[in-house]
Parts: sequence; structure tokens; C-alpha cells
Amino acid sequence: MSAAGPDTPPSTAAPASAAVTRLKLTNFRNYAELDLSLDARPVCLFGANGSGKTNLVEAVSFLGPGRGLRAAGADAVRRHMAEGPADIWAVYAEALTRDGPVSLATGADPADPARRRTRLEGAAATQSELARLFPMMWLTPREDRLWAGPRADRLRFFDRLVLAGEPHHGQTAIAYEKAMRQRQRLLDQWAETGRIDPDWVHALEREMASAGTALAAARLDALVRLQGEIDERPETRFPKADLGLEGTLEAWLAEGLNASEAEDRFLDALAGSRRRDSAAGRSLTGPHRTELTARHRAKDQLAADCSTGEQKALLLGLALAQCAALARARGAAPVLILDEACAHLDAARREGLAAAILEVGTQAWLTGVERQLFEPFGAQAQYVEVENGRAGAVS
Amino acid sequence: MNQASGPEIERLIQLLAKLPGLGPRSARRAALHLLKKREQLMEPLAEAMGEAAAKIRACAECGNLDVTDPCAICASQRRDPKVICVVETVGDLWALERASAFKGRYHVLGGVLSALDGIGPDQLNVAKLIERAGREETSEIILALNATVDGQTTAHFIADKLEGASVDITSLARGVPVGGELDYLDDGTLAAAFKSRRPA
Ligand SMILES: Nc1ncnc2c1ncn2[C@@H]1O[C@H](COP(=O)(O)OP(=O)(O)O)[C@@H](O)[C@H]1O
Ligand SMILES: [Mg+2]
Ligand SMILES: [Zn+2]
Repeated sequence: MSAAGPDTPPSTAAPASAAVTRLKLTNFRNYAELDLSLDARPVCLFGANGSGKTNLVEAVSFLGPGRGLRAAGADAVRRHMAEGPADIWAVYAEALTRDGPVSLATGADPADPARRRTRLEGAAATQSELARLFPMMWLTPREDRLWAGPRADRLRFFDRLVLAGEPHHGQTAIAYEKAMRQRQRLLDQWAETGRIDPDWVHALEREMASAGTALAAARLDALVRLQGEIDERPETRFPKADLGLEGTLEAWLAEGLNASEAEDRFLDALAGSRRRDSAAGRSLTGPHRTELTARHRAKDQLAADCSTGEQKALLLGLALAQCAALARARGAAPVLILDEACAHLDAARREGLAAAILEVGTQAWLTGVERQLFEPFGAQAQYVEVENGRAGAVS
Repeated sequence: MNQASGPEIERLIQLLAKLPGLGPRSARRAALHLLKKREQLMEPLAEAMGEAAAKIRACAECGNLDVTDPCAICASQRRDPKVICVVETVGDLWALERASAFKGRYHVLGGVLSALDGIGPDQLNVAKLIERAGREETSEIILALNATVDGQTTAHFIADKLEGASVDITSLARGVPVGGELDYLDDGTLAAAFKSRRPA
């Protein structure tokens, strides 16, 4: 075996986490024009309510895969003015990535301005490529009620954590959902007309089984890695969580079934549930029904039963642990957007947050109403003041 | 309705806007361009379109578009009749021909299964494929369908339907990225995908 065997730790000199070095906005939300030059340090945005902080980090979230942190359509983000909406909007960025410096542009498709088009180095970019180059995670005030809210939101949040380390996870999820919707349509027609083509349903179930198994396997992998990171971490200001995934496929895989056995079993389960799914009007089994559970370890309490502040701290702890886990496993941490995360933290936790971010070495984007909230970063962050659709770096 | 131009121009713009890749704005630009280049472009284009509409038909054997039926590929003695490559659209057939990756014959399905779009087995050219697969001379069917959910579902479906026929069923392997569409792949990738095809 050569000297550079599998036990050699990843070189610390390797290009680390993705970092935006220039961000240009045109007619994006309340920004007519913005051109920010940045370095790889965390970015702290401060300004009054309604000044455009969330809009700015939303633009950053548009560099990764998906529809960004507000899940907004292309039409919602173009700037509205008194005279009506602007024609063309765009987000342009230059960034350091694992592939070196790249340029990325996303904005209204000139051929159809109601749609969004993304170009990487001037060429069309796939979602998986974006996920590989700009792994990204975010916590916004929307996630405040995550633990007590709907199951599907929690699963979506967890799938985003998985996607930050597994760039194909998003496409797999889309493939699964698509096959499931197609199958359900056939089962709905069955209920209406009494006619069904079993070969067609079976072909769709094969797609569901293969994508579904890949989904569950990626989630389980991520969960094991994340829980390992949490367990090994020194105690910090953020509480430790014990996580679980409750889902049929995840359970089979956790029991030790290999992927192809689990896939076969899921395929059988789907064939056996056609009548039930047809009557119910939706698919009753599969990884779209998986539940993410979390317990506050120190309190031995379900996350949903914790106080609002504790729930938020648990989430922050999870996001930070996932960043650290990915930095360890992949040599690069995802970009971490924390919108208004500091507002409800006491001084000690704000210090803990800054320390954790600086240790992982990610370009985190933080927002808050006052600059003082970011004091613990000192000179190790860059500061941007936001004022009514304008933003500029301040020293 | 645009007050500045007459109904003829409006109709032209509306029709152009139905072309793939053209929105209302680019359709307006195309219409203006055509009107400006009336002799060099608009009239020859109208003539070419009229002729194509009158003469081009779908090959009853494979579904390809040509002025003859059977099409030039089906009629050619130089194409291997033992191997049939199944594609979604004539556009995919053209992509494979551009890459010169394949010397057999084709079968154009005319789409892929999509319950949400109301496209079922009856809307696709499947029955004819089963008939062709059952012929003595046919030995291999290559499923060259796009690596999309609908493309792969259709591939599974056809593979099941062809189970009774004594032919090898293969599909394009490595090289076709997930979510990839044949039409957008470069020629080298397509040739590699043909070489490394695998049992479906
Ligand atoms: N498409 C748009 N065009 C113009 N203004 C917008 C658009 N979308 C949102 N805004 C405005 O942007 C302002 C700033 O929003 P936001 O970034 O959420 O503020 P904050 O700094 O509090 O996070 C809001 O007043 C909102 O009305
Ligand atoms: Mg905000
Ligand atoms: Zn033909």
C-alpha cells in the first residue's frame, strides 16, 4: 500500500468550504442593484427590520440547489416598484468551490421571464452539480416551530441536511415523488373506472422502489454520521440531541437488510398496498412518510416538549454538528445561513455559536438587527450594513 | 391583443409563440425578422413548411419521419435488421444518427408513459414493437430511453411486455447521466453508452 493510504487524513490544505467572493443582485426583491465583494470569512449582516437582510441571504440560497430559503418562485423575487414589476432579475456570484473559482448566475429566463434559469460558468447547471459545488443549509425563523409542527416539514429539513453531504439526494427525492404521483394517478383512475394496467403500475413501483431505497439509505447514512458527530462532540452551549428516523424502509435497512433486499421488500409492499392506496387516494407506505424524531438528551425530553428557546438551540446544535460532520467526512463544510438566529440567544450562546462556526471554517451568513449581536466574531468575520435595499461592507 | 398590428400579424405571432423555446416576446421578434426578410426567408420558409407538411409521413414500420414509407433507414440494405433501438422521439433518433453510434434499425415510441399527462400504452407505438420483436430476424432490442423517471418507467414496462419474445433486451448503460436526455448528450458519450449497454 502506498503512503497515501485510506488512513491518511484529508489534507488540510485542500480547497475548503465554498465561499462567495462576489455577489451581484439586479432587480432582486428590494434591491435594484447591489455589488458586494467578499472574502471567505463569515458574513454578518445587520440593519433595521425590513431593510433587506433576509432578501440578501435568500439570494445566497439561490446559488445552491432548489428554490431557496423561502421556496419562492421566479416571479416572486423580481423587484416590484411603483411602476410595476421589473422585467429581468438576476443573482450573479463569483465563488471559491472545491473545483476552484467559478461564476454562477441565476435569474429570469430571457425566453420565459416567469421561469428561473441557472448557469454555471456560462453553461446550464444541473441541481446535483449545484448541490456538489454549493452544499448549503439554513435556519430561518420559519424553522422555529419545526419540532412541534407538521411531520413533512421536519422531513424536508432533514433531507436538506442530507443533501448538503449527498448531492444526488435532491434528484432522488424528486424521482421518487414523481413516480409516486404517477402511480397514484393510475390508482385513482382505477377507483373511478375499475380499469387498471398492472404492468404499468408495476413499472412505476420499480422506479419508486429503487429511488425510495436510495433515499432511505442516504438518510440513514447521514443520520449515523450526524449522531456520531453529536456523541463525540465536547459539550457546547448547544444541547445534544438523540435522533431517530421512523420509517419502514429505514427500519429494514437499520435491521441489516442490504439495499437490494430492502428494495425487493418495498416493491412487494407496494404491490400489496395498491387497493388500500387506491381507496385512500394517496400512498400510505414509503419513505415520504418517514418521521424524524429528536430528544433533548440532557433533559431526556422530546424536542417537541421543550421550551421554544431549547427547541431553537437544539436545531442550531444539529446544524452545527452536521457542518462539522461534513467538514470531517468531505473536507468541506456547507455554507450555513442563519437568519435572525442570534436574536434569541443569550451572550454565552452567541459566543458559542461564533466559536463553532469559526472552528468549522464555513462561510456562514448571519443576520441580525444590531451589529453588537456578532461581537464574538471580532475581526474573524466581515460586516455588511443593510439599509433599505442597499448594502455595503463596513470595517 | 396588440392594437398596433393587424390580425394577420397577431396570428403569426401567436403561432410562432407555440414553438418550443419561443415565448411571446421572442415570437414577436421572430415575426418582425421574417417580415423584414420577406424574400430571403419568409417566402422560402413558408414554401418549405408547405412541402414538408404535404410530403413527410411517419414510417409505418418504425415511426421515423421521412418522405418515403418505409423510411430510408428501414429500407436500407446496409442497416442490420437484427438489432432494433427503441427511442422516445424522432429527435432522439436524429441524435443517435448524428453520433453514427448505431448501425441497426430504430423504433420510435412517440413519447413515454405519463399518467399525469394522460399518455398511456395505447398512445405509444408499443404494439408494433411487440410485433417486430416477435419476428424471426430480430435478435436484440436496445432500450435507448432517457434516464428520466418516465423514460425508465417506460423501459421497465416494455421489458416486461417483451419477456415472451426470444430477443435480448438491453439498455444504454454508463454515460447516460441520471435525468439526462439523449438529445443533449455529446456524440462521444452516446457512442460509449452504446458500447457498454447491459441487459435490461
Ligand atoms: N419582489 C419584491 N420587490 C420589492 N420589494 C420586495 C419584494 N419582495 C420583498 N420585498 C420587500 O423587501 C423588504 C425587506 O425584506 P426582508 O429582506 O425580509 O427584510 P429584513 O431585513 O427584515 O430581513 C420588505 O419590506 C419587503 O416588502
Ligand atoms: Mg428578515
Ligand atoms: Zn422506418
